[in-house]
Amino acid sequence: MNLSILLWGIPQAMRVAARVYPDYAERLKERDVVAQIKLRDEPEVGRWIKLDNGRISTGKGIHANPDIAVVFKNEALAKSFLTPPFDQMERIDAAKNFKILLEGPDDLAIWFLATLSRLESVYWKAGTDMGNGVTRYTNGTNGGPLFVYVKDGKIIRTTPIDFTDEDEGTWSITARGRTFSPPRRMTLAAHGACQKSMVYSKDRLLYPMKRVDFDPDGERNPQNRGISEFERISWNEALDIVASEIRRAKAVGPGAIAVDHGSHHQWGNLGHYLCAFNRFWNLIGVTKLMHSPDSWEGWFWGAMHHWGNSARLGCPEFYGTVEDCLKEAEMIVFWSSDPDSTYGFEGTQRREWARELGIKMVHIDPFLNHTAAHLGGKWIAPRPQTDAALAQALCHVWITEGLYDKDFVDDKTTGFDQWKAYILGESDGIAKTPEWQEAETGVPARDVRALAREWGTKKTYLGAGSWGAGVGGACRGPTGMQWARMMAILGAMQGHGRPGYNFGNLQFGTPIDHNFYFPGYAEGGFSGDLAFSANSANNYQRMPHIVTMSTVRQSIPRMWFPEAITQGKSFGYITDVTTVQSQFFPFGYPSPGHVPVEMLYKYGSQLFGTMVGGNRWARAYQHPSLKFIVNQSVWHEGETPFSDIILPACTVFEKWDIGETFNCGPGYVHHFYTMNNHRVITMQHKCIEPLGESKSDYDIFAAVSAKLGLGAVYTEGGTSELDWVKRVFDSSDMARHVSWRQFLKKGYWVVPAEKEQARVPLANNWYYEGRKKDTPDPYPLPSDYTGEYLKGLQTPSGKFEFVPTTLGRIDDPDRPPLNQYMPTYENPERNPELEAFPLKLQTAHTRYAYHVMGDSTDSSLADIREHRVCKGGHYYLVARISSEDAEARGIRDDDLIRLWNRRGSVVCAAQVTGRLRPGTVSAYSGSAQYRPVGEPGRSTDLGGCVNMLNTKEPITKKGHGMKPNSVLIQVEKWTGADDWQPTAETV
Amino acid sequence: MAKKWNLIVDVARCDNCRLCFLAVKDEYVGNDFPGYSAAQPAVGQHKWLDIRRKERGAYPLVQARFMPVMCNHCDDAPCIKAATDGAVRKRPDGIVIIDPEKSKGQKKIAAACPYGAIYWNEEKQIPQAWTFDAHLLDQGWTRTRAEQACPLGVFRTIRVEDGEMMRIQAEEGLEVLRPELGTRPRVFYKNLHLMTTCFVGGTVVRHSDGVEECAAGVEVVLKQDGREVGRATTDTFGEFMIDGLEPGSSGYHLDLTGPSGRFSTRFDLGDESPYLGVLPLAAG
Ligand code: SF4
Ligand code: SF4
Repeated sequence: MNLSILLWGIPQAMRVAARVYPDYAERLKERDVVAQIKLRDEPEVGRWIKLDNGRISTGKGIHANPDIAVVFKNEALAKSFLTPPFDQMERIDAAKNFKILLEGPDDLAIWFLATLSRLESVYWKAGTDMGNGVTRYTNGTNGGPLFVYVKDGKIIRTTPIDFTDEDEGTWSITARGRTFSPPRRMTLAAHGACQKSMVYSKDRLLYPMKRVDFDPDGERNPQNRGISEFERISWNEALDIVASEIRRAKAVGPGAIAVDHGSHHQWGNLGHYLCAFNRFWNLIGVTKLMHSPDSWEGWFWGAMHHWGNSARLGCPEFYGTVEDCLKEAEMIVFWSSDPDSTYGFEGTQRREWARELGIKMVHIDPFLNHTAAHLGGKWIAPRPQTDAALAQALCHVWITEGLYDKDFVDDKTTGFDQWKAYILGESDGIAKTPEWQEAETGVPARDVRALAREWGTKKTYLGAGSWGAGVGGACRGPTGMQWARMMAILGAMQGHGRPGYNFGNLQFGTPIDHNFYFPGYAEGGFSGDLAFSANSANNYQRMPHIVTMSTVRQSIPRMWFPEAITQGKSFGYITDVTTVQSQFFPFGYPSPGHVPVEMLYKYGSQLFGTMVGGNRWARAYQHPSLKFIVNQSVWHEGETPFSDIILPACTVFEKWDIGETFNCGPGYVHHFYTMNNHRVITMQHKCIEPLGESKSDYDIFAAVSAKLGLGAVYTEGGTSELDWVKRVFDSSDMARHVSWRQFLKKGYWVVPAEKEQARVPLANNWYYEGRKKDTPDPYPLPSDYTGEYLKGLQTPSGKFEFVPTTLGRIDDPDRPPLNQYMPTYENPERNPELEAFPLKLQTAHTRYAYHVMGDSTDSSLADIREHRVCKGGHYYLVARISSEDAEARGIRDDDLIRLWNRRGSVVCAAQVTGRLRPGTVSAYSGSAQYRPVGEPGRSTDLGGCVNMLNTKEPITKKGHGMKPNSVLIQVEKWTGADDWQPTAETV
Repeated sequence: MAKKWNLIVDVARCDNCRLCFLAVKDEYVGNDFPGYSAAQPAVGQHKWLDIRRKERGAYPLVQARFMPVMCNHCDDAPCIKAATDGAVRKRPDGIVIIDPEKSKGQKKIAAACPYGAIYWNEEKQIPQAWTFDAHLLDQGWTRTRAEQACPLGVFRTIRVEDGEMMRIQAEEGLEVLRPELGTRPRVFYKNLHLMTTCFVGGTVVRHSDGVEECAAGVEVVLKQDGREVGRATTDTFGEFMIDGLEPGSSGYHLDLTGPSGRFSTRFDLGDESPYLGVLPLAAG
């Protein structure tokens, strides 16, 4: 088509859209502008469009005084650009190579481009009409996907998604004469099911706010963070302060701005911190807070050295294990494994099948956890963090009674002789017998012998950690590395990968399609961040967008951020999963050529509740060297007031996004979605308008970008969230099966089940059988194989190493190559100064909330008596205490009790139980609330931040992993009078 | 005869995941359903559907059980009798509705429920309880929100004639809560004994060459006043459990017989399920 006709068509299309869609007409009234479209090589050719209070006028040629201009290099480019269907690759190429330029004020230019792009999206229809004025939308949460029923702009109901006959995708497994098929629906976790209450929570941040005694041009009063009140300000005022502070800090030098986000974000590929947040900060250049793999610690720093699996953070693969377990296994040993907590309950359904098949269950945990209580079976309760001794005694029985897979050990492993000599006591004079472990663990020797014999003679699945293949539990603790290493060793001794012998607890490894492409959130959405996300794996090729990169090279280990601020330095190790030895790389703060941090931008999260030694954060946030703190969050949480400016973000229900249930992506647990019975991709509809003046994260960053002249770069020329959603859709395999319009209306799509023959091979079976690696795992990278590509493991020998070579290459007394038992937990017998603290605190992952998510003060979760208990109008976090320890202290159910040591003091509500080994206290880490009764950081917390009591010492001196479990505490009834004082370690 | 709504709850399946509880919150908080219910308060411990927990046994042989409880939609409902002005009505389909308008100020309605299923709404001054999701059933839903949310199939919402329900009750051994009150609930429980009865358990050991081992496969016989009331075999770890004993009952005699010896003991029950501890088999 002729260019002049194409250009003429633009204002015509705008007029039509404005006539049909009042929203579009309203949008045209938002800004007055004269926009010029022209060609660089033919300066006289073009068309201008003028908007004046929504009225459109237009003319051929060149306007004398345009506000903005869109300049195409030549006619051919302009024609191609304006002729549908649009080629995204061509558009990106044009932008990257300066074939198209924008002139004029950034915010006006991107507003105009966004207005043009809405000419397409204004015709799209979202949601299903249910009659009576109710529209049914869909959304996604960290706890699963939802239907969202909306009436009159209000969410009236959220429900799980039940499939209909038109949804394909259900598999079945035939095992021992029975056929099992999952229910045709998605199941939520509690933190997904409470979302309506979270949307309408009174803790929502609805307006931009400024601390009353913060004056960017005068006294900043950092010492009053967390104490002073906030006052409402306009968005414009807030954005001006934030933008000018960014400019000021940038002028100080590289690294003066630090940014931090929680470990997780609201669900959705676009709103995730790996996308909207990282894209923005890559354009600014910032010091990053380096997270440790804090739910994986022992696997990452320890087990990885025995077998590789670096991209799985040291955990084993889990492919095909549901089918194999149901068909073959005779016993499942759940070791520090409580999958019923946090992760949703489709796994629970599958474990019911195992129970129906008569598969025996054993649970090893000082707490009879929720999974154990529900499934039943033998409960073995070692003293916290002594599990590695129990595991070594199992090896002793296996070796002395010949109950291990000798062929596998001979052919497929190295170092067994050394291991055997250690277990038998030949090398250190101590045989690791069941009696030896009894003194350490408190578990009767007879139970260990019985378990070892059962395990050595029956096909056994080892469910290690919450997922059965890592995560949570004993790996996060002072002996977490020893424990995770023992799990790997037990697996190797029983022929890991032999049918019926594998890692798992039926939580992962369903037979769903692993090849169908839809990007996980870790692929970074439109971040363009090739360095800190899995963008380059697939997303960058499949969804053309512009690359972004930060020029600042400074990092701070997150768990020592307080020390970096208050003491001016800290030191950590890189969390890099591409290969095993990258975890040995140290980094320091401040970094060479960089400057100390003086501005902090917080994005969600509540570190008082999730980081060890939480009281340290209060000191850091109030430190005068931090001249400016922004907190961009959805909810007012414990940490929110420790800032100067608060920017209110909206929930996923108030903006557009897209995501697949539990699809994280490479590097962030690849194929995480095998936790589900079905692969379900959901449109995350904008179900309601943002509450108050809150905005989506993307819109907030776009607004700050515009203030900094980066708006066009950040938004790629005015791309709206819904346009990005469409681009993600187009980039995925889904676009080959369903039309965009159908998907946008219905809101979800189920990936069809594949033929049984096409199912993914069993985890590690390729190694057991000596085949090339045939599981769909991009790691190890080709350069990481020492032998033939795809042959063998990611270790220097290519075999399972009982005594890892890589640990021999560093000198780390916390993880010697031979995995000796070292009782490195706090023990009054070894540490007499701890005598006043007789109880061991377990701070596992929460059951109902997801870290702090869902724990707002009036979340519906608050009324769950096993989560919080209401006393005097406040909801106290539950701490479980054994009947014996409670009786000794006169404590009854629901009494307020104080858990304390020298690092912290926290009031909880007691749940007295026979489900705990006496001497142990259990309370979940992840309180969203922080309510110090006195001075922040120096007084007792009523909010439930039990992580305050955990040590800030690292799991290994050559790593910055945390060890937040089994610290010593005292418990007493709370009197209401606070005389607790921190000691040196806290401050 | 009219078909009426009934709810069957299987105690054995519940793991306290709380999705039913949250679904009820989701449905009623913030939503008025005129003629059925006024909105439930957002905070304040209204638990129209609640989960009761019960631990049985003692460390290290302990069980935790959970059970949803809610308005039973009694056929002979004390709350109806306590109400004035017809504020509580029984629908022909069995559902009991507390009228959100007429019940205003009638605290006695809440006090009348022997199950504690009614919550008092301070702000609106009305008694409130779980309506069986009547507003949804009337729109054509075939099950309650709680049933839809439950991942483990604890609930079965069924609409049958009373005679058919009696047949199902007998066939499946269903019980109601506090039958002695004569309220005739429409909510029925399966495996309720897991909440209400006691078990006795123990760990049996034997010694060979001075080494203590778990005694597997030992026959355990429990007699009460000379009559056998239970029997079990110890598992790999020497553990056994005999369930279904009346709390407070007495005169028990336990006999263990295994290849390597015998053991016997006597005990009476209190309210709790006893763990008898480690029981060594002695030769002879
Ligand atoms: S359970 Fe209570 S409120 Fe419900 S019908 Fe019976 S008496 Fe009335
Ligand atoms: S949803 Fe089902 S399993 Fe979960 S608490 Fe309710 S009844 Fe129990």
